[in-house]
Amino acid sequence: MIKEVFNGSIKNMQIMDEDGNIDNSLFPKDLDSKKLIELYKFMNLGRAVSNKLLALQRLGKVATFAPLNGEEAVQAGSAYAAEESDFIVPTFRNHLPFIIRGVPLENLFIAVKGYEEAYSSVLQKHLTPEVIAVGSQYTQAAGIAFSMKYQKYKNAVIVYGGDGSTSEGDFYEAMNFAGVFNLPIIFIIENNEWAISVPRSKQTASKTLAQKAVAAGLDAIQVDGNDVIAVYKATKDALDSVKNSGKPFVIEALTYRMGMHTTSDDPTKYRPESEVDPWKPKDPILRLRKYLASNKLWNDSMEEDMQNQNKSLIDNATAKVNEAKANPKAMFDNVYSFMPETLKEEEDEALKNNFWQ
Amino acid sequence: MITNMVTALNNALDLCLEENSKAIILGEDVGKDGGVFRVTDGLFDKYGPNRVIDTPLAESSIIGTSIGMALSGMHPFPEIQFAGFSYLAFNQLAAHAARYRSRTRGNIKIPMVLRMPVSGGVKTLEHHSESPEALFSHIGGLVVMEPSNPYDAKGMLIKASHMDDPVIFLEPTKLYRLFKQEVPEGMYEVPAGKANLVNEGDDFTIITYGTMVRPAQEVVKENNLSADILDLRTINPLDESAILSSVRKTGRALVLHEAPLSFGAGAEIAARIGEKSLYDLKSPVMRLGGFSFPYPFSGDEDYWVPNKNRILYSIKKLMNS
Repeated sequence: MIKEVFNGSIKNMQIMDEDGNIDNSLFPKDLDSKKLIELYKFMNLGRAVSNKLLALQRLGKVATFAPLNGEEAVQAGSAYAAEESDFIVPTFRNHLPFIIRGVPLENLFIAVKGYEEAYSSVLQKHLTPEVIAVGSQYTQAAGIAFSMKYQKYKNAVIVYGGDGSTSEGDFYEAMNFAGVFNLPIIFIIENNEWAISVPRSKQTASKTLAQKAVAAGLDAIQVDGNDVIAVYKATKDALDSVKNSGKPFVIEALTYRMGMHTTSDDPTKYRPESEVDPWKPKDPILRLRKYLASNKLWNDSMEEDMQNQNKSLIDNATAKVNEAKANPKAMFDNVYSFMPETLKEEEDEALKNNFWQ
Repeated sequence: MITNMVTALNNALDLCLEENSKAIILGEDVGKDGGVFRVTDGLFDKYGPNRVIDTPLAESSIIGTSIGMALSGMHPFPEIQFAGFSYLAFNQLAAHAARYRSRTRGNIKIPMVLRMPVSGGVKTLEHHSESPEALFSHIGGLVVMEPSNPYDAKGMLIKASHMDDPVIFLEPTKLYRLFKQEVPEGMYEVPAGKANLVNEGDDFTIITYGTMVRPAQEVVKENNLSADILDLRTINPLDESAILSSVRKTGRALVLHEAPLSFGAGAEIAARIGEKSLYDLKSPVMRLGGFSFPYPFSGDEDYWVPNKNRILYSIKKLMNS
């Protein structure tokens, strides 16, 4: 006898289409016009920051950097849906969660310049630094979620990762761990179709990335990742669920990396422009603007004011990053909770002999 | 109480969990089974499944989740069942546990005590007899400890639990039940980063730790030799001043460990003696370790691990060169 012992499915949600039309039956009730405008502003600031850092990198003023262009809705919609007490574990492209959490812009800039001071107050904002080692963030996030549950805090954890990261063992281990202990965690898979030069199709034979959650006993949904309203709703619903003992959640957000992986690669080498073109009208910022404008919530003069305000914020951060200097002594002070004699000797030798001048 | 190392460690963990409600133990089979060596025996019954946690069989997640717990207010005591399986979690240790403090300028700390059995001599399967202390020490940012007796094991584990650092606590399986010792019932600390002079003499110094301390003592005693024997206890950071002060006195040094000779902790110690005490030496610094290839099958292990013959041979070479 053969009988079916399991079947699963993944649903895809879109609330706002490319023209800004809304599916009212799904529109989140708490997302009022004030919040929508705030989201719109965050997304714009994220893109402006990304553009500026790209320009600064080209001038040699900051180091390698991963632009977020095209992925603003995934990051803003999810981070904005979280409470301040919810923990966020971002990866190297997730600059918007930092902005939304109120980390000063100059810290982001200083991180890209390569100074650890950038992250010297992240914990108070319930953030970790941007994780660089792909996939390793997931198990740590599951540990934070365990900690929240153990300490009886009512908050949840949001951890980000890209499509490529879902091939890493830690992704499976983390989902598995989260499932076993039923932890308050949401995995947001920012599926931008490319892991540096390797397309999503070569990453896995799985039809969706969301369905990987099903095997671990987690809940999952796929959303239009360029639809900030859908991302917001999916995250908000998932947060409500995991905070009320629901299963851990995986949200796969379908988006597209409009630019390079980082400033160190040229995407024209491995993907045709013809693949990028169809994504241009799907732009997440443009889409929300259409909706806001058609509902008389936004106009050209507001747009101009916002752009000016963003420019002044960014100019201020740029001035600060230009002044930021290395602090080699601080490297030594933060290796252990104590200063080993052998390390002190290395530091003293450096200081006495002006190694750093 | 007179006790072996397993009971001393069990007692230390009990006190640590009793003292700190944010301390938990997690790992494979650490719960009802009490760990494959019974180091956590009885703690599941006493503290329950929320504090003595059987995890899924996935080492990277044991360490990754421990890091997440540590940075958000808890003090995890993960156990990796055997050090040979810690390689699956190496990324979490090298890329994260070791550097959270430095990459956040001290904002995020990882107070964590990672216990794992190391070294051989007990006829186990492959991968159950590794000595990876040099791998972990080389990274920087991880404190690496390895006790050689029940008293140190308990005091060092308690010390590790009071540190705000990721501590790799290596437990030599061979020593778990090899001998008993008087161990105080209550809390006490053995300092981190401080070597212990376990034998005093004049002619040479043996710098060692873990499984090799006892055979070194036996060789010295059985052959009526006059030697300092320094039990490092903490491998990283190294107690350089204790090493140098003994070597300056005796003028001869043998560095001894079970781990493979080449690129081992012995190389680091020999280099430091060479850099700072070359002119105090009467002969070149000698090293003795396991042979420079991976640990063999158990049938061959007695030919790989340095034994008393090889220790005596190295001492003679040291004294005659």
